[in-house]
Amino acid sequence: MHSERKLFSWKSPLHLVKRSNLPWWQALLYRLLAVFVGLLLMCFVLWLMVKASPVAVFANLFSGSFGSERRIWFTFRKMALLLCAGLALIPAFRMRFWNLGGNGQILMGDLAAIMCMYFGGQAGWPNWAIILLMIPSSLFAGALWGVIPAIFKAFFNTNESLFTLMMNYIASGIVTIFLGAVVTSGSGTLPIQEAGHLPVIGNNDYLLVLLIAVAILAFVYVYLRFSKHGYELEVVGDSENTAKYIGINVRWTIIRTMALSGALCGVIGMLLAGAMDFTITADSAQNMGFTAIMVAWLAKFDPFAMLGTSFLVAFLDNGMASGVQRAFGITNNSIGQIVIGIVYFCIIAVEFFINYRIQFQHLVPDVEALTEKGKK
Amino acid sequence: MKKHLNFVVLVLAAATLAGCNGTNTSSNTGSAKLKAGLITLHDENSTYDKNFIDAFKAACAKKGVEPVIQSNVPESNECYTQAADMADNGCAFVFADSFGHEDHIVRAAREFPNVQFSHASGQQAHVLKLANFHNAFASIYEGRYLAGVAAGLKLQAMIEAKPETSTNIGYIGAYPYAEVISGYTSYYLGVRSVVKEATMTVTFTNSWYDETAEKTSAENLIKNYHCSIVSQHADSWGAPTACENAKVPNVTYNGSTESKCPDTYLISSRINWEPYFEHCFDQLANKGTIETDYTGELGTTLYDGSVALTAPGKVAAVANTEEKLNEAAAKLRAGTLHVFDTSSFTVSGANVTSNVTVDAEGHVTSYKADVDPDAAYTADTEVVEKDSNGKSYIAESAKRSAPYFQLNIDGITRI
Repeated sequence: MHSERKLFSWKSPLHLVKRSNLPWWQALLYRLLAVFVGLLLMCFVLWLMVKASPVAVFANLFSGSFGSERRIWFTFRKMALLLCAGLALIPAFRMRFWNLGGNGQILMGDLAAIMCMYFGGQAGWPNWAIILLMIPSSLFAGALWGVIPAIFKAFFNTNESLFTLMMNYIASGIVTIFLGAVVTSGSGTLPIQEAGHLPVIGNNDYLLVLLIAVAILAFVYVYLRFSKHGYELEVVGDSENTAKYIGINVRWTIIRTMALSGALCGVIGMLLAGAMDFTITADSAQNMGFTAIMVAWLAKFDPFAMLGTSFLVAFLDNGMASGVQRAFGITNNSIGQIVIGIVYFCIIAVEFFINYRIQFQHLVPDVEALTEKGKK
Repeated sequence: MKKHLNFVVLVLAAATLAGCNGTNTSSNTGSAKLKAGLITLHDENSTYDKNFIDAFKAACAKKGVEPVIQSNVPESNECYTQAADMADNGCAFVFADSFGHEDHIVRAAREFPNVQFSHASGQQAHVLKLANFHNAFASIYEGRYLAGVAAGLKLQAMIEAKPETSTNIGYIGAYPYAEVISGYTSYYLGVRSVVKEATMTVTFTNSWYDETAEKTSAENLIKNYHCSIVSQHADSWGAPTACENAKVPNVTYNGSTESKCPDTYLISSRINWEPYFEHCFDQLANKGTIETDYTGELGTTLYDGSVALTAPGKVAAVANTEEKLNEAAAKLRAGTLHVFDTSSFTVSGANVTSNVTVDAEGHVTSYKADVDPDAAYTADTEVVEKDSNGKSYIAESAKRSAPYFQLNIDGITRI
């Protein structure tokens, strides 16, 4: 006896389907949901570790980043710096040049500005002269630190990730050498420099950084969107052969783009030196070069979307540090990092669900059997 | 869709701004309990910062003060911002623990005259003379010396058990700077008070906290410089771990490492900050004045003063360590023993710089140290003194709390 052939059968218990066009509001909902789930998980972990009530965690998260006028400015300045760093990285990223050297480029810009302040101050130069020297020095130092790996990439096809990463260590080494040379007491701590402070706008310590961030945002947007350079770097990123075929100078594009990327990092360094710290340490860049990679990726290299991602990072950072950790007396920073990591994980993971749909089971028709049946 | 996302984020931000006012006012109308802030460079995973955090919590608990602790504050504008934020939030006292915090704390002190600020290991308070900015440290060189005596006893026992034991010992310093130099020199003099022929090799990491560098430096000292005992002035677990792995006795700083390094932990010296914090809280409560430049001292026992030791290791330390240390500490307290007794060490060659004079045997007769901070690091103050018995010694931590002894003495090699 031969059994009746089945017309339909169950196939593949787990199946991924690429989504073609998820409506924007649905994608947005997913992302918000991810943030929410991340925050819930965060509360759960904090409850496990320090018996913190979720309501108190949320309240302190907000008060830590927005609880006073100073905190609001501080959070927005942190956001502005991260935004600048992200903006500095995306021209290179859009070219598929993985610049992991943002930290080193920031630090070199910082060092160049501090050297102007230190030596200019000792020579008794007027402030405006020092500042006029600081601007090109920082831009140049940052650009130089970006161009060196770019030259090696363009001419010898060296791996740019490793190269730029290595340049970070060299930069902090150079800062240590500088400190060793000028701080003859050996403490490695350069006193606050009094000369060459960048102008304070409207008696507000934070405003200058914010305004420069807005200017860089506008510049990078226009550069990527409307300039020929912006077009060229995208073509190089998509396909070097296509770029060559249509007559783009690939090597020059790589070098030029990294010079821009590095120079923008140099601006951040100058802000650190001339508007915020007035001194330098080997950690002055505060890992912004790395945090900015996340800011840029989460925003899919879109300058305006980075407003949102840099805000999120600054908010979580300050909320955890000044709010949650202080309120619950957490003095082990690993806890804060784990908890923030969980939120980031959720945010990154949701991109998968936005791009793919999971089908658990579906019916597969047996075409042959169906046609046979149709004939009958 | 990205633009929409970011619009919503901004809306959320605005909502947050509107919502935060409530939490702010509620914190201001809190209890009248005294609030005190502590700013630390790293967190409790650093032995240095943990020492402050523990003492701060203990002093707060004892005096009924509400602690506000902010860890991982870099030596940058962020230090000023956090200090100002603590003042904004009602802290009557703000203390920062790292040398590089000082300038940023001074800035906050000038902005908030009604809040008392203090700073560990700083040097400016005695010169600035601000009513609300203070420095604090301790005669930790005496603690280092006592730890050195414990290490000397161990080295002696090692030599007795195995005569070919190397008499060279190793030291990992953070920066080639007075606080570190004073520390390792007093430690070395302690060792030499027991083992005359001991020599020491010192290496620097140029960072206060670099676990990898501290670990590899310790390994280098043990392997290539045949150091029989290793000590360090750096804040991570790098060196103690390397010593435990190599089974080389370790003299540590800022607290016992016996929990993780039971076989090699010898002893640790530390500044116990509790007496200082209690002094500050008492003065605040009584509307008194906090000392401008506080120098903590040895206590009545080895363990209860500002300069304190932790109990000698059960496995590694020599049995009569405690007894010997008590003898030496009694002499230090009585002033009959000086750590930097000029007859106990010599300086020679290029180390006799223009601010130092030595006699024919190399003993220091005059030494000008950089006590008052200035941009050129001028050697401004004579620090060689004579006690009532005519003994000549270098008076460390007497002209200001933070150390200023910076001589390179014979027997110590810097690599």
